[in-house]
Amino acid sequence: MLVMNFTLAVRRLMPLMLGVLVTALSVNARAGDALERQELKFGFIKLTDCAPLIVAYEKGFFEDEGLYVTLEAQANWKVVLDRVIDGSLDGSHMLPGQPLSAAIGFGTQAALVTPFAMGVNTLAITVSNEVWGLMKPKIATDGGKPLHPIKAEALKPVIDTFKTAGKKFNLAMVFPTSTHNYLLRYWLAAGGVNPGYYSASDSTGQTDGDVLLSVTPPPQMPATLESGTIHGFSVGEPWNQQAVRKGIGVPVITADEIWQRTPEKIFGMRADFVAKNPNTTKAVVKALIRAAVWLDAENGANRKELAQILSRPDYVGADVAVIEGPITGQYQFEAGDVRPKPKFNLYYRDNASYPFYSDAVWFLTQMRRWGQIGEAKSDAWYADIAQKVYRPDIYRAAAEAVQAGGKTKLEASPTGDYLAPSAGFIDGIEFDGKQPNAYLAKLPFGRKDAVAAK
Amino acid sequence: MNAFSLAAFLERIGLTWLAPVVRLCAGDAPGVQLRSLGFQIGVPALALIVFLGVWQVTAAGIKTSLGSIPGPTEVWSAFNGLIDAHRAERVKATAFYDRQAVRNAERLKADPAAAVSVHAWTGKATFLDQIVTSLKTVFTGFVIATLVAVPLGVLCGTNRVIQAALNPLIQIFKPVSPLAWLPIVTLAVSAVYTTQDGVFEKSFITSAITVTLCSLWPTLINTALGVGAVDKDLINVARVLNLSWYTRITKIVIPSALPLIFTGLRLSLGVGWMVLIAAEMLAQNPGLGKFVWDEFQNGSAQSLGRMMVAVFVIGLIGFLLDRVMQSIQQLASYSRA
Repeated sequence: MLVMNFTLAVRRLMPLMLGVLVTALSVNARAGDALERQELKFGFIKLTDCAPLIVAYEKGFFEDEGLYVTLEAQANWKVVLDRVIDGSLDGSHMLPGQPLSAAIGFGTQAALVTPFAMGVNTLAITVSNEVWGLMKPKIATDGGKPLHPIKAEALKPVIDTFKTAGKKFNLAMVFPTSTHNYLLRYWLAAGGVNPGYYSASDSTGQTDGDVLLSVTPPPQMPATLESGTIHGFSVGEPWNQQAVRKGIGVPVITADEIWQRTPEKIFGMRADFVAKNPNTTKAVVKALIRAAVWLDAENGANRKELAQILSRPDYVGADVAVIEGPITGQYQFEAGDVRPKPKFNLYYRDNASYPFYSDAVWFLTQMRRWGQIGEAKSDAWYADIAQKVYRPDIYRAAAEAVQAGGKTKLEASPTGDYLAPSAGFIDGIEFDGKQPNAYLAKLPFGRKDAVAAK
Repeated sequence: MNAFSLAAFLERIGLTWLAPVVRLCAGDAPGVQLRSLGFQIGVPALALIVFLGVWQVTAAGIKTSLGSIPGPTEVWSAFNGLIDAHRAERVKATAFYDRQAVRNAERLKADPAAAVSVHAWTGKATFLDQIVTSLKTVFTGFVIATLVAVPLGVLCGTNRVIQAALNPLIQIFKPVSPLAWLPIVTLAVSAVYTTQDGVFEKSFITSAITVTLCSLWPTLINTALGVGAVDKDLINVARVLNLSWYTRITKIVIPSALPLIFTGLRLSLGVGWMVLIAAEMLAQNPGLGKFVWDEFQNGSAQSLGRMMVAVFVIGLIGFLLDRVMQSIQQLASYSRA
């Protein structure tokens, strides 16, 4: 033991001393593409869409780029945001709404950017057994199984029952500016349920709501549902599957059924870090792109291995059986009701890792829709904020470098930074990232800004 | 030291169950010693076996959403699993340094002027690492608390004005729960300790200060009590001899108050250990508390077993800490007798 420690120490110290010497001699020799920082600390939340970070670490992609990264699980999204802003973390698995809201000063004001998107379609909405028992009889069936997608219209009578009984109907999501909040609200509103508004005097977003939405950290969702504090939740995997496995709840709808291409998370960094350390940032994005390619390689051939890696207690920590379903496209809704979901948990396919401006604009429209943005904004404003925060330029440069490296085969990069207008939503309303105000005017409920469209 | 004084010494430091063994070896009244042994070792051992049996039988009957509560055998295998995980992590660390050495050698070969450096292991803290972290934190907090509480207690005990002044503050702060202090300490540490590359982690300082704030009071109160109760005759003798203030404190007051000071320290360390686990859990600071919380969040089939291991380890360490303090306390009380 002592001998091993000693050799370990020697192994560590010898090159270090050498390095100091060499560095001293060669200050001028440093090329323009040298890494400004090599030791980095990144955060993540225990969810399947943190996978690109975990894989980049475990498969040595960070080390290939000369980066020595420490990954650290964070308690909740608020902690993630605070620690990225105060510099305790050099970057993190984040919600798209976090750098965007930081840019416009809803919550903490800070300049954050994202050069990389993490995961498409990874969330679901789950209700408690009690609520499901009330909903199920009203849902049309197809071959004995409930017909999907299940709309919030089926939930409305349950909410009304609670209301007449004088009980509150509580639903949880993970953060005020989370994808989970906006998708839950989108689903509710599309089914005629008012999810409630934010305002200058109401930071909980419950004004006029038919339901009460509140915040719970992702891994605590199943336990909170089990304790009866909430009647349902909107959260990323594997926590919906965990609820199914524990027999305490039933997922009613998954992200892909609400919006065919739900951009779930991003990799967020401070703008000043990116400006000061351009080579380091590029190296990080290169490693993440390689990880994303690995994740979606050969039609998901690596997904079983991914489930093994994610199930380690330091990463997601849930059982392999729970994690495997959603990431191998076998989604369990109830005992005996497993359905194929090939478009669930995408990391690279369909440009899932590309930070599109149109994604940013969609999140901004939802912030405006539910009152987190207090007043009407012009279309140009939406584009401006999106371009401040989303950095496809960094992604493209990194992708070119990966391509040039020759180790990884890449898909063709998208032709534009805005996705084409699409009506792939549960209510069929078309979203065009270049016309946010026209989009807001079409949506049910929400603040309408027809005036500002000009 | 002969067998009898050794036995007496063992009794004094709290290892009472070892004393009959020594006496037995020395051939002192074997019947009495055996009965004493049976009482001191046999009864607790029997109780332990009964406890394990009852646990094994009842645990299987309590179903949680994570499966049934693990019995002693499952907990033991969970413990072994954690040890194996620790070993596996160390192997990975070695491989990590080997890879770096190779990479650096390659870079130097390609460009002798390249700047190479060796980076510390980037892996996760294992269960054993977390135990070490918790112990370090609790001792740091405890030492700070002692350095503050003993001098303050001596002042309180010797000077009635100071005692009157501090008494209300002590009474108000003593019953405050660590969890109430924690957010304030966290904010204060973040505001004051702003360097990014300090020697200590912020979370370490936060936990240690929280421990300090809560383990201060037993030592402070007991020291004041002990100092206040010094024999008046001794004080009078000191006056007659015209001893200086310093000599009076070091030669008379502190030695007389020592038993109570140690009683306070023992209580403080116990409180500190309990507070630390709660603080780590709430603030997500590294240590055993965070380990328990992480496993609760993971909610895997092994999580319950791992949490039970942590509970036993926390209990065992608390027990050992108390035993050590008790032995020191006994030595301090008897040394003058």
